[in-house]
Amino acid sequence: MSDISLETRKPMAIGRLPIGSIGRLPNGWWGMMMLVATESFLFLYLLFTYYYLAARAGSGFLPEAPPFFHLSGPNTLILIASSATLWYGERGARKGSRGQLLIGFLATLVLGAIFVGIQIVEWTEKPFTIASHAYGSTFFTVTGFHMAHVVGGLIMLLALTLWSAIGYFDEKRMAAISIGAIYWHFVDAVWIAVFFTFYITPYLR
Amino acid sequence: MAAADYQKRPEAGFVTEALEKKLHDMWETKPGLFGVIATVDHKVIGIRYIVTAFAFLVIGGLQALIMRIQLAQPDQTILTPEQYNQLFSMHGITMIFLYALPILSGFSNYLFPLLLGTRDMAFPRLNAFSYWIYLASGLFMYASFLIGEAPNNGWFNYAPYALKSFNPGLNMDFYALGMVFFGISTTVGAANFVVTVMRNRAPGMSINRLPIIIWGTTTVSVGILLANPAVSLAFFFLWLDRQFGTHFFDTAGGGQPLLWQHLFWIFAHPWVYIIVLPAMGMVSDALPVFCRRPLVAYTLVILGTITTMLLGFGVWVHHMFATGIPFLSMSYFSGASFIITIPSAIATFAWIATIWTGRIVMTTAFLYFAGFISMFVIGGVSGVVTASVPADLQLHDTYFVVAHLHYVLIGINLFGVLGGLYFWFPKMTGRMLSERLGRWNFWLTFLGFNLAFLPMHWTGLLGMPRRIYTYPEATGWSWVNMLTTVGSFVLAFGILLLFVNVWISLRRGAIAGRNPWDAPSLEWATSSPPPAYNFPVMPVVASRHPLWEDRLDESDGHSSIDRGLVLDDGKEMLATSVIDAEPRAILKMPEDDPWPFLVTIALTVGFTALLLHWWWIGVAAGVATLLGCVFWLWPRDDLAQTKGAAHE
Amino acid sequence: MTLSIAKSIMAKAISGWRQVGQRAGLAVAGLALGTHAASAQTPMYYLETFGPKGEITASLTWGLLAISVFVVVLMSVLVLVAIFRAKRLEPAELGSKLPVSHPGGGHRWIYLGLALTTAALIVMVVWTMEVLAEIDEPAVEPAFTIEVTGEQWWWEARYVDPDDPSRTFVTANELHIPVGEPVRIRLASADVIHSFWVPALAGKTDVIPGQINETWLQADRKGVYRGQCAEYCGVQHAHMAMRVFADPAEEFRSWWEHQLEPADTIPEDDELLRVGQEQFVLKCGACHAVRGTLAGGEAGPDLTHFMDRTTIAAVTLPNTPGHLSGWIADPQHQKPGNKMPNLDLSGPELNAIRHYLETLD
Repeated sequence: MSDISLETRKPMAIGRLPIGSIGRLPNGWWGMMMLVATESFLFLYLLFTYYYLAARAGSGFLPEAPPFFHLSGPNTLILIASSATLWYGERGARKGSRGQLLIGFLATLVLGAIFVGIQIVEWTEKPFTIASHAYGSTFFTVTGFHMAHVVGGLIMLLALTLWSAIGYFDEKRMAAISIGAIYWHFVDAVWIAVFFTFYITPYLR
Repeated sequence: MAAADYQKRPEAGFVTEALEKKLHDMWETKPGLFGVIATVDHKVIGIRYIVTAFAFLVIGGLQALIMRIQLAQPDQTILTPEQYNQLFSMHGITMIFLYALPILSGFSNYLFPLLLGTRDMAFPRLNAFSYWIYLASGLFMYASFLIGEAPNNGWFNYAPYALKSFNPGLNMDFYALGMVFFGISTTVGAANFVVTVMRNRAPGMSINRLPIIIWGTTTVSVGILLANPAVSLAFFFLWLDRQFGTHFFDTAGGGQPLLWQHLFWIFAHPWVYIIVLPAMGMVSDALPVFCRRPLVAYTLVILGTITTMLLGFGVWVHHMFATGIPFLSMSYFSGASFIITIPSAIATFAWIATIWTGRIVMTTAFLYFAGFISMFVIGGVSGVVTASVPADLQLHDTYFVVAHLHYVLIGINLFGVLGGLYFWFPKMTGRMLSERLGRWNFWLTFLGFNLAFLPMHWTGLLGMPRRIYTYPEATGWSWVNMLTTVGSFVLAFGILLLFVNVWISLRRGAIAGRNPWDAPSLEWATSSPPPAYNFPVMPVVASRHPLWEDRLDESDGHSSIDRGLVLDDGKEMLATSVIDAEPRAILKMPEDDPWPFLVTIALTVGFTALLLHWWWIGVAAGVATLLGCVFWLWPRDDLAQTKGAAHE
Repeated sequence: MTLSIAKSIMAKAISGWRQVGQRAGLAVAGLALGTHAASAQTPMYYLETFGPKGEITASLTWGLLAISVFVVVLMSVLVLVAIFRAKRLEPAELGSKLPVSHPGGGHRWIYLGLALTTAALIVMVVWTMEVLAEIDEPAVEPAFTIEVTGEQWWWEARYVDPDDPSRTFVTANELHIPVGEPVRIRLASADVIHSFWVPALAGKTDVIPGQINETWLQADRKGVYRGQCAEYCGVQHAHMAMRVFADPAEEFRSWWEHQLEPADTIPEDDELLRVGQEQFVLKCGACHAVRGTLAGGEAGPDLTHFMDRTTIAAVTLPNTPGHLSGWIADPQHQKPGNKMPNLDLSGPELNAIRHYLETLD
């Protein structure tokens, strides 16, 4: 059976078409890209706020004790590792291996939860609060925004893991897995920018 | 659906009654309350947007009339200063946020799938959600009037007057939370437009064949995605400063009042273009229909649209020339603000050339578009004057700027919208608006508007500052204010005639038929009003003006309207490639769904809880929202999202 | 060379436009008001100004407005001509088709339009930059500084003599400056954002908490210039005006000398004034200062030389005995929401305080 050709001077050939969100770039993928775009700008404005307040205040903006790495350093590595485990799980999904998918996602969930826990310890160790000064306000708000995204990402991964476990995805219908993974990688990438701003730049001046 | 159904070869066919019946049963929203809250039909949602936005226009207009009575003469005491301040604040908030963008979203929502030759938006449920959030956030902000504590610091809401130490009531909390709430609607709506354009078009509708309103709305939607976070964040910071003693804007702890202005105008200047570019797009599409020719310089007009949006992100400081910013920065932002004129000039000359070289069909819609061009020029050049820093230091915050922004908002947005309404009303309702009442409507609106706002430039040059609830007679501002008040009532009467016209025409208007204006684009290829599924078979497009192809020699072949792909195995539509719109996949579209409404309810409870410090209810509402989203996104058989292994 | 020629042409154009514009503007204003002295009737008008900073800006504004009006008229005429010259078609009957064609030549409009727009913009940008550079700093360094503080809803003014810190004093709402000399204004806010604006002399400068903004003023003609807060600042933003008196140099110096003095002591034998002063210190002294008495409040305007001022409540009311009584008796009536409370004074107390205030010249 030949392809359908509709009446145009250069006939448009339409062959077999995939049904639903299968393969590459379903609508949901584009939707996630929109979310990533707008959220990137959200964090851009958050960091702008930090730099703006720092620049206007001049010296005396930073607290006396410089930001420390003993928690934030390992925590950054943990978050990067969680992206790797997620990638491993997603590759499993692509191969149709539900086992690999679940191992990867569960590992990501655990690493993400550890990140949240360590971040809470870091918060409690700070000698200032969100209401102490402009630095405290930006520090807790920006890291708090990031934390909210991590928690949101964890809830999303939890749902995806649950759905995988009860057999909702196979090697072709796994768009939700890929789309969810983009979000998690994005949240990781944002952390790098946040980490650079709050932990590295004070040492660069 | 069986696990093997990963792909199929679509059928091509002609429109038949049996097909229409089958599609109707699949796509039509079921009657009853469930249908009302669950519908995902973009046409229903679009009309809801339009009706709600017009309702807000009327409310904002009544607020303006009350203020005009107060200002008609010097030293009046009809309003207390606090009442006046709440009125002018809510007037701005209403017109700029609750009318100007939603009205355009309404038209775009209604028109996008029809213009693109598809059946719905990319995310129909998200579309319903954006409307519900819009309505809920609007009602949330208006609830402030119930306790007499409406926002009272203008739509621009400068800190530190917005902080708790100067403004202890709930006024600012309503505004801050309401805007974060409203921002959700704007953002998801914008994302939906962009994805729809990129992914869901008629085969053959390559990007050089898109109607201009599609370009306009898509461009501003990208603008919204990038600009809106700034204002949501600013309002969230404000709320934190007020409730938790943070120091973003509060100088006491190292905060900066100007941070507010930067974040606000980084958003709000692009916003100005966001609420005019789609209206310009409407004119660019509809005006040529009455000039019986394609728009002059299609490509340049589109490039102008995109350039305007891009430059719109680089001029925000021109709202802050008086704040003591450095000389160099002032000259840069001044220069950039001048340059932004150039892309607008392209559009203006394109419209005039289109009329000049065309043959005119004189209708009310045409009158609105022609009036629009002059209003556009007035609003544009008065903007150019304020781009000049030294002049702006005098003009800034006077009624000159009020006149300017009303020429932009009424002249460009409202006139475009009213012309658009006369143009598309037959499509939406199946009936024509009365042309006779239309002429009265146009001339009263046009004259009333110019009587109110043309002398207002002079009011500004006489030095009347904005946002004052009264003025002494010795300032010499009395007579111009009286003129404006008279004009504003004439304008209001003109708008009233529009509603009369709509009311009468809905009942007794002439039957429109498919294509009453003999217009070229796809929405006119289906019946008026269109069926729930828009097109029985998916049309294929071979040129920019599919319905004018027989008379214009611009296509490579013929568009195929009556014969096309038959997609009737459940709610289906096509996914197409980004540039050339080649078919890529058959999408399964969601049924009517109550989750968008339910999640909106949860969010409304959540924001109310934050307002009133009911923290635990807030937490519960947050959890409910998350759960609602999980159920909303739960993989479904009928969306072809699952293999279905769990059910085997 | 070319640049200087261009500049001189532009300077001529500026002065030409300005004269034409000013005459036209005055004619319009005069016509509307039925008067020839437009500026006296419209004290906030800024297209006729009385200082170098205002004048160069007014010329620029006139020029820009003239270009704008020209553009609006031109484009509107084009729209009208386009409509009237084009062939008309009757609206389509139901289901019928109308002719459509694609005549060429439209692009010429765009190119012409772009060329004209760009040319006009270049003129406006160059002119703008030139004026911007010129108004940045006065030609000669100002001899002294007035530190103006914006407060809800009045202006405090501290005159600072750079050579002699002891010659500093504080007044409110009515500034005096010497004719023909530039004066530096340093702006601070005590609460929210305000904007300092005396339109007949210069453009606005915002008054922002947490930062000091500077501007300068110069009046070349003796007179009284009205100013008004131009940034929304709360309930009584409408009643936050000021007056700037441009006095001849001699008069200005003696005004300054006079302001430095404390208030006159009241005659010992005047019972009414003694009670008035006592009551003033008791009831008003927590917010208002009168140098030379125990009243030292800083929340409200310094009243040491109150009778030198022509108005009360930030130019809300003329300073007459009647208005003064009314104001003290019920300050919330004329300016609702302002920070001066109703004191529930008895008739005799009010009378005594008013009499006392009237001695503060």
